[in-house]
Amino acid sequence: MSEPVYDVVIAGAGIVGAACAYACSREGLKVAVLERDFIGGGATAAGMGHVVVMDDSEAQFALTRYSQQLWQELASELPADCEYVRTGTLWVAADEEELIEVRRKHQFYSQRKVPSEILDSRSLDAAEPQLRTGLAGALFVKEDAVVYPPCVARYLLERSRDLGARVLLGKEVIRLDDEGAAFEDGTMMKGAVMVNAAGARAASLHPDLPIVPRKGHLLITERYPAFVHHQLIELGYLKSAHKSTADSVAFNVQPRKTGQLLIGSSRQYGMDSPEVDRSILSRMLARAGQYIPSLPGLSALRVWTGLRAATPDNLPLIGRCPGYRHVFAAAGHEGLGITTSLATARLLIDQLMSRAPAISSEPYSVQRNIAVHG
Amino acid sequence: MTGPEYEVVIVGAGPAGISAACVVAETGRDALLIDDNPSPGGQIWREQERHGSNWEAAHWLRRLQLYRVEVLRGATVIDGDPDKHAIVCETANSVSTIRYKKLILATGSRELFLPFPGWTLPNVMGAGGLQALVKAGMPISGKRVVIAGSGPLLLAVGAYLKKQGAHVLAIAEQASWARLARFGLGLPTQPYKLAEAVQLKRALFRVPYHAGAWVEAALGETVLERVRLSLSHRRWEAPCDYLAVGFGLVPNIELAATLGCKLSAGCVQVDPMQQTSASDILSAGETTGIGGVELSLMEGRIAGYSAIGDRLNAQWLFSDRERMRRFARRMQKAFALREELRHLPLEGTLVCRCEDVSYQRIAPMPGWRAAKLHTRCGMGPCQGRVCGPAAEFLFGWHCQSTRAPVFPARIDSLIGHKEE
Ligand SMILES: Cc1cc2nc3c(=O)[nH]c(=O)nc-3n(C[C@H](O)[C@H](O)[C@H](O)COP(=O)(O)OP(=O)(O)OC[C@H]3O[C@@H](n4cnc5c(N)ncnc54)[C@H](O)[C@@H]3O)c2cc1C
Ligand SMILES: Cc1cc2nc3c(=O)[nH]c(=O)nc-3n(C[C@H](O)[C@H](O)[C@H](O)COP(=O)(O)OP(=O)(O)OC[C@H]3O[C@@H](n4cnc5c(N)ncnc54)[C@H](O)[C@@H]3O)c2cc1C
Repeated sequence: MSEPVYDVVIAGAGIVGAACAYACSREGLKVAVLERDFIGGGATAAGMGHVVVMDDSEAQFALTRYSQQLWQELASELPADCEYVRTGTLWVAADEEELIEVRRKHQFYSQRKVPSEILDSRSLDAAEPQLRTGLAGALFVKEDAVVYPPCVARYLLERSRDLGARVLLGKEVIRLDDEGAAFEDGTMMKGAVMVNAAGARAASLHPDLPIVPRKGHLLITERYPAFVHHQLIELGYLKSAHKSTADSVAFNVQPRKTGQLLIGSSRQYGMDSPEVDRSILSRMLARAGQYIPSLPGLSALRVWTGLRAATPDNLPLIGRCPGYRHVFAAAGHEGLGITTSLATARLLIDQLMSRAPAISSEPYSVQRNIAVHG
Repeated sequence: MTGPEYEVVIVGAGPAGISAACVVAETGRDALLIDDNPSPGGQIWREQERHGSNWEAAHWLRRLQLYRVEVLRGATVIDGDPDKHAIVCETANSVSTIRYKKLILATGSRELFLPFPGWTLPNVMGAGGLQALVKAGMPISGKRVVIAGSGPLLLAVGAYLKKQGAHVLAIAEQASWARLARFGLGLPTQPYKLAEAVQLKRALFRVPYHAGAWVEAALGETVLERVRLSLSHRRWEAPCDYLAVGFGLVPNIELAATLGCKLSAGCVQVDPMQQTSASDILSAGETTGIGGVELSLMEGRIAGYSAIGDRLNAQWLFSDRERMRRFARRMQKAFALREELRHLPLEGTLVCRCEDVSYQRIAPMPGWRAAKLHTRCGMGPCQGRVCGPAAEFLFGWHCQSTRAPVFPARIDSLIGHKEE
């Protein structure tokens, strides 16, 4: 057998594949990235780009917090079109019951040294005058940020290319196994290690990966500079986001650097068509209007949908694929793949280099016993 | 879905929409004609309601009144649900759902803009746009105007502006004399068109008309000061007040595409009865291909007959329509855009005006979607209506990606549009 040409062959140039390529290239590995379409055109183009610490589970917290810190390191070198802004997140509590959750969350974060602060009803009004008055309060999580993901993916791949990586666009992988990546025309690209970073399509390369698409809608408005100042999310979001049965919507509004507002969010199972579902869009916007009364008067530019790669326990799959020696997965990031892309890449490279990772990689192992969450 | 129901709803009150509405209303059926402008008439007859001088426009606008066609003015159709036979219509302060048995899309066309150095300077305008401004009362008398681009619209605009007292310094037609001669030879079989051409010629007496000539740059510090043209192997430069450019027209297919109608070569695909691929949706006029007012009127009439199930009267008009379409195809060939126009933009020339994206940033992209996502080109308020067709011409990309809302819409219109 001839020597493999590449040390690492990555299928998928979304933000996860791009982050992995950069991490591997920085270790001096010879990397090839294969993308069926173009850089960042999958979920990475559809997502909100909220870099957010989450506390659904300890494992989710560890990964998001680690990754958020990596984002803070990366931020200084990101070009302007990546639109990194540390907006912070306001988890909005509508009533007293949700305020209890605010306090619990505050305590959870304080114990883990994540800077956060409780806003009472009045300070919430002052911080975000467009919110309806009479809301109970909010938790301000200070280090959360907003980015523009497609340009970040491109930047990471440009840097990788500077370090010798090869990025091939319009190249669809039809098989990814211990030998390498195979293409429709019968040719192959050989590698020592293969990485499946194909996002919501990861399971089409490795059907054993427990990934199903979960559809989301987003809407972008015209420019309304300084209309809101933080990423705003209703606390009820946690209750609605991870139900794996019913469709759900939640109030989730993000200020963009351009002055535009990005409005979400919705979650639907069992759908993989890109069409806009008018009735869930209507529900999603009505929900946002309940929190921001002037929002229905704003002008909407465009509506789109995207597919989150969901796993049964809402944690990504990072590690060796069962049944293979040299094939790894870096997929299944659901609604947090922008946030967790950088940590994913670190966990992967640490495994490849047989180094101790900064956080335990066990909870994300592909072979873990996946329990259905929530 | 609630809301009023009409037998035939027509979107777009240009020549095609008006003639379709008249045909339907003539038979006593209820027709609703919707347009986003304050008055019916479309691109060409919009001002005729207030101060009409064109007999043909007057004729059709009078018929609209005669048959009591209901006209919904200042209303933009932003979305629809073909399964429910419904469209969503936004006005300045309301949104409504309107149901139809048959829908005729006659949304017309818009001007094609191509980027060249200086094209974003104030007082550089679309030829049709400048004409519309003057029609709406902008003083042009004594102003120096250069007209450049391609097609018969340049002549029409030149003649109009001259009549209004403008000093038309030159009309630069990018098609070569050789091409025009080939096209000109076909004219005697088109008596009506010939008359029109001759009339225009008289109106344009002493206006220099250059074929094989195109604009290289608009020059000026903060506003247009001079124009530079390329005239077969020499440069021509002159100070002027307005530069009117028109490289042709682009069909407005966004609404049709959103409703699921098949497209071909950038136009809505229709069968001989003007029926689109989507059931109970017809289309007429320049939405189905650029062909001028006469063809638009003709297609509108056929669509009207087709919508009410009157095959015989529709078929009666087929041969006339075919003759006009042949003529339109010949025009398209004669005025095909030349290669040189692809090389006009400099590195820093803006291609997307909404988001200030320059040629050099867009050119290396692998396609339109990548260009949008990575440079924001086409992501502004016009949603690529201007830069999309330009990028299609410059880079050979397929720039079609339409979604509801077809035009920017108030969020409450998208909320209101829901199942009851
Ligand atoms: C509506 C919505 C909102 C979101 N909001 C946020 C948010 O605020 N914060 C956050 O952190 N996350 C968010 N996400 C999640 C985030 O967008 C995704 O988790 C992330 O983009 C996943 O990146 P990826 O690289 O794994 O996948 P993708 O971006 O989908 O990349 C996969 C790539 O692989 C390519 N590919 C697939 N198959 C093949 C093949 N066979 N051969 C070659 N190439 C292939 C695809 O073309 C694609 O480019 C959101 C997602 C959605 C849908
Ligand atoms: C800028 C411009 C200037 C022109 N000037 C001349 C000229 O001087 N002489 C000449 O012979 N020809 C001219 N033409 C060509 C001429 O206008 C067309 O040949 C003819 O008008 C086509 O008729 P139509 O009915 O297909 O479309 P149009 O006349 O374009 O009518 C379509 C109507 O539909 C409306 N509309 C579109 N989408 C929607 C929506 N979603 N909701 C509600 N309403 C909608 C538009 O605003 C418009 O009023 C011009 C064209 C343009 C674009």
